[in-house]
Amino acid sequence: MFLEAIDKALLAGEFGAAAQRAMRLLLRYGEALEAPRFIDIASAHIDGCLYHGPSGLDFVRAFLGTDARVRVPTSLNVMAVDLVHPERFEASPALVDDQRELLQGYLELGCAPTLTCAPYQRLPRPAFGEHVAWAESNATVFVNSCLGARSDRYGDFTDLCAALTGRVPEAGLHRSENRRARLVLRVPAPERCAQDRDLWFACLGYLLGETAHDRVAVIVGAPPDSSEDELKALGAAAASSGSVALFHVLGVTPEASSLEDVLDAEQAPREVALAPEDFRGVAARLCRASEGEVVAAFCAGTPHFSLDEFRRLAVAVDGRRAAVEVLVSTSRAIAERLESVSWAEPLWRFGVRLIVDTCTYLTPPALTGDGWVVTPSAKWAHYAPGTIGRRAALMSLERCVRCAVRGRIVP
Amino acid sequence: MNAAREFGGRSLVGGAARGESVRLDAPLSLWGGFDPVSGRIIDVHHPQHGVRIAGRVVIMPGGRGSSSSASVLLEAVRLGQHPLALVLAEPDPVLVIGALVAGDLYGVAVPVIQVETAVLAAVPSPATVRVDAARRAATIIAV
Repeated sequence: MFLEAIDKALLAGEFGAAAQRAMRLLLRYGEALEAPRFIDIASAHIDGCLYHGPSGLDFVRAFLGTDARVRVPTSLNVMAVDLVHPERFEASPALVDDQRELLQGYLELGCAPTLTCAPYQRLPRPAFGEHVAWAESNATVFVNSCLGARSDRYGDFTDLCAALTGRVPEAGLHRSENRRARLVLRVPAPERCAQDRDLWFACLGYLLGETAHDRVAVIVGAPPDSSEDELKALGAAAASSGSVALFHVLGVTPEASSLEDVLDAEQAPREVALAPEDFRGVAARLCRASEGEVVAAFCAGTPHFSLDEFRRLAVAVDGRRAAVEVLVSTSRAIAERLESVSWAEPLWRFGVRLIVDTCTYLTPPALTGDGWVVTPSAKWAHYAPGTIGRRAALMSLERCVRCAVRGRIVP
Repeated sequence: MNAAREFGGRSLVGGAARGESVRLDAPLSLWGGFDPVSGRIIDVHHPQHGVRIAGRVVIMPGGRGSSSSASVLLEAVRLGQHPLALVLAEPDPVLVIGALVAGDLYGVAVPVIQVETAVLAAVPSPATVRVDAARRAATIIAV
């Protein structure tokens, strides 16, 4: 790789031992990805603060020292437990302590305690064309697709190395030619699939991940008024069923005002047309619950709920009360803003309990009783059976509310 | 008895390994898809749900999903429940960094090799294979 003066200085230890160690890792990483050189990043989002075991602590401790400090604004992802309400989880005191210690390590390095998987819901946001290093698969796909900023698909550890050096290899989605669509995905409108709009976006995301794997696709036929929250759900699902880190929606996302703009003139794209049956098929695979079966809980906020999503839920509950636990995950910042808005009252009457700092499929939430967990999140429905052993049923937010009110699966 | 067969690839993370191969029919996200304590696939949507991949040379189309797969790979190495090597058709940046950090922090080599799709299908599985990943080139030998 070609090294600029700054890269050589970092490797020589002129910015301290932590930055040197980080740069050595990034150099080997960049060579593996065949990057020609390094580029500056404007910000980083770190997923490595989520505790998976003692190895995470070993890693961050290797960087701690008097001179160790991130060189760009750096936000933190969710953790393994809600440190504000740990009693809402089946978390051992040891896990809570270890998670606290891991968080402390990242804070000592100068990261901001944002503790959210949706850092794009806070300000300032990355600008169009700006290079960033954002780990957390749903954050990566959002920043690329919806904001037009440029992040490759970063994993844990690369995120901290990028933050400590302010540099990343110019590979993957940092390069213009890799951001062009190789797949045209033509989709039937939500009405043609006879699905509520939110369920349609969740299914579309899941289908996109299965069809595209890690290829960049352009979706043709999505509603021109697709909202950020809808695209957030789409991206999170696609980054779960596949490795999608960038998608385009024709006429909606910033790099896809026309097919000519987004396609590679040199290379004919693969074309796939999805049918309404594909959408119904995914919905059936991610919801195997039958009418009348018992519901244990309603979990939402994967990725973290936005204020707009809370407003939608407040309308959907329509003064009713849930018969089961309702857990909605969000950031501390949005939870605080909710406290001060008058329209949130129906949420508390419905029984919404806020979860911050984490997500409800990382450590099992303390739920009474077995049964289905209903969720509007395809990402939650995809992962929770494996990670916390809960049966999950994907459905529209409106239907989740109906099921939560009855405590049973209802249409 | 068949003669040993040799396959070439590109080294993403260097190292050597020898063990039984296991070919996965779909990409796997190690986070949410693999339990580093049991060493098995826990993704209920994966066609090989329940299969043990710890201590084996894993041949798969690529990674998938979560950024946390790097952490899960490192934790599996700490527990000695890691795949011995990863043979991929797509260079997965998340698995690459996980393997690099495993070497840096614990001195354990988990070679990561990129091969052509045809090679991915041709490496025998299950079979004993030897993986040698140097700085750039890598070989997989069925022994």
